[in-house]
Amino acid sequence: MMTMVDLNGLKAKALEEMESEGTLRVVVGMATCGQSAGARRVMETLKKDVAELGLDNVNVAVTGCVGMCTYEPILEVLETGKKKVTYIRMDPEKTARVVKEHLQGGKPVLDYTVGHDHAGNLKNLEDLQFYAKQERIVLRNCGTIDPENIHEYIARDGYAALRKALLEMTPETVIDEMKKSGLRGRGGAGFPTGLKWGFAAPNKADQKYIICNADEGDPGAFMDRSVLEGDPHAILEAMAIGGYAIGASKGYIYVRAEYPVAVERLKIAIGQAQQMGLLGRKIFGTDFSFDIEIRLGAGAFVCGEETALIASIEGKRGMSRNKPPFPAHKGLWGKPTVINNVETLANVAQIILKGADWFRSFGTEKSPGTKVFALGGKINNTGLVEVPMGITLREVIYDIGSGCPHGKAFKAVQTGGPSGGCITAADLDTPIDFDNLVAIGSMMGSGGMIVMDEDNCMVDIARFFLDFTVDESCGKCTPCREGTKRMLEILDRIVAGEGTMQDLENLEDLAENIRLTSLCALGQTAPNPVMSTMKHFRDEYLAHVQDKKCPAGVCKALLGYVITADCKGCTKCKRVCPVEAITGEVKQLHVIDQALCIRCGACFNVCSFNAIARN
Amino acid sequence: MPEDPEVNQNRFGTGVGNNTQRRLGNVNDQSKCACSCGCITAEDPRFAELKSYIDSLNQEQGITMPVLQEAQRSFGYLPLEVQKFISENTGVPLAEIYGVATFYSQFAIEPKGRHHIGVCMGTACYVKGSQKVLDKLVEELKVKVGCTTSDGKFTLEATRCLGCCGLAPCIMIDDDVFGKLDDVSRIPDILGKYE
Repeated sequence: MMTMVDLNGLKAKALEEMESEGTLRVVVGMATCGQSAGARRVMETLKKDVAELGLDNVNVAVTGCVGMCTYEPILEVLETGKKKVTYIRMDPEKTARVVKEHLQGGKPVLDYTVGHDHAGNLKNLEDLQFYAKQERIVLRNCGTIDPENIHEYIARDGYAALRKALLEMTPETVIDEMKKSGLRGRGGAGFPTGLKWGFAAPNKADQKYIICNADEGDPGAFMDRSVLEGDPHAILEAMAIGGYAIGASKGYIYVRAEYPVAVERLKIAIGQAQQMGLLGRKIFGTDFSFDIEIRLGAGAFVCGEETALIASIEGKRGMSRNKPPFPAHKGLWGKPTVINNVETLANVAQIILKGADWFRSFGTEKSPGTKVFALGGKINNTGLVEVPMGITLREVIYDIGSGCPHGKAFKAVQTGGPSGGCITAADLDTPIDFDNLVAIGSMMGSGGMIVMDEDNCMVDIARFFLDFTVDESCGKCTPCREGTKRMLEILDRIVAGEGTMQDLENLEDLAENIRLTSLCALGQTAPNPVMSTMKHFRDEYLAHVQDKKCPAGVCKALLGYVITADCKGCTKCKRVCPVEAITGEVKQLHVIDQALCIRCGACFNVCSFNAIARN
Repeated sequence: MPEDPEVNQNRFGTGVGNNTQRRLGNVNDQSKCACSCGCITAEDPRFAELKSYIDSLNQEQGITMPVLQEAQRSFGYLPLEVQKFISENTGVPLAEIYGVATFYSQFAIEPKGRHHIGVCMGTACYVKGSQKVLDKLVEELKVKVGCTTSDGKFTLEATRCLGCCGLAPCIMIDDDVFGKLDDVSRIPDILGKYE
């Protein structure tokens, strides 16, 4: 059984292993994104070469996502008393050179680092603009510790919050602390976590449950995956604290089956925690017992909705039901249940350990703390960023993300996934928090932030999201099942150039009805992408309907390519055309036969003289 | 209820469409083996394995999903005889098993290819051109989205966000992710790695 002394001793021992004098700690980011960028081969080379050269002072470890996707695979070398060295875009050859010159020879390989500052000092990831405005609470261990090694988590104060809660606090004071912290659910709706726990705690039942919602379905959001892959123990610890607070002895983690690495690391983490007595019976010698089981999703977006998620764990079709009764009263198998999102839980241990006031020192009055965003789409620095609430969208997109690539003009940023909306340049100075984003017609959602540039057609994007909701509707209530389908049909007509002005009116009518009458949040928010694009980009809708044109040049049915007088007759376009629709002799103006053209855009992409116009 | 798949195509051309309107398939045909991997007979050792898996769950509540997931992993899909077997051994009515198997997109009631290709249709991939990647795969494999190649090698599907948005546009073949496929001419080489 684990005691206080044990935890302190373990921490000291783990710290010594990680940071002892003369030891080089080499970590490779091995989250899903790192692995697919080639981190596994980097790791193999690293291990092999270190062993071959007999470098006993080198300690190689796997770690989670550092957050800077564009630079993957990332390898970092840490040495006590020295500045961390970051190597980016690694491959086996580069790794071999780093092992030889840096790990053995002691000289960092400058070619593969992120560069120097003006004084010639080597820069590492933390010196980059990308990290300057970030504040790491949720991601504090991601990219730092080995997620498969509980000792490294303990070295970073792991399980100290659970110990504090169990030995120094009552369930009531835990809930009070959570209420005071003002932490709001990071899954999308922003409901205060302390209140949720407070609802479930007084309900008497022979069994209560706490569920971690890791069914991260929003396309474009991957912070939950990153936390599970980079810091799984933080979630286990938080669930145990939550279990203590509400009186639950059993927890479930409902995780997407699309995340095999996360599932594997969770299994390892649960096994380690059980073995050390941090999960199981009589934790820290108290009367509190708690265990966790993993349940896999099977590819249904609606299971992110809490009542649908409960149905899914119960082994039924994932369909939502009416609330009340709320899960806090009647949840899993009719018992009081609390459901928290991964990112929400990742804050809990830190709040208990450092206090609500510390947490409130980040973010805004109504939305304290930080938020993790998955910055993606047409942006230079794709990645995972954790910023204090209240930062402006402009800072995130330009200062951290460094704007749109290839000098293209920013058009909109989409937040909140299929439930959210588009935000235009006019609102970029809005401070980000739960309430402000709703006020400008979008929502926080789970934190996907997809940037779009001038080449994205907003009608097409609206149709993309609606197609998603149509496919993912569980089919229980009519407005969502039938209504979204009718909206999609209208949008299909519009992008095909067959839309009418009446269609636009019908879209708005349908949207309003679906919003007001759907059973769960999936349906209620499904029209949002259409409503927000219609509000901000009405001219694009009108161009599709009235002029039969797609200004961004995306909707194929509305496109046409013509060759302008700038044509030098290089024949490049003629050779690339798959249907031989282009005719013309060398050094003569070429012509596209509109009847044959399939509008694939191949000629447009290859022309070196900008002589092909799209209309 | 089964609609003409051509009419019921969603925008990725998967022909699967709405979860609620997923084609029920011809249940009678499920008893015959349509694939080339050999018929699933009652003597198939995988049934015994599945039975011991069910027994290991110790009559816990809500075991339908884990059992179906295990069955899908072992058989590759969930033909009617497997669903019947699960029903008989768990006491869950067959109708309910069938309901669950057809609700979730990861369960298949028809056989799949040896390798599964999932083209990410998440937002980040979509705005960076995943439709072109999907089109290229359709062209290379000469197969419709949602279908299996005639040699039983690949099943091509449009999937939900794979969570690798930094690598957009990306695809997943079995458990491996291939990213930054802006240049679709890389695709034939990637496919060539699979037997």
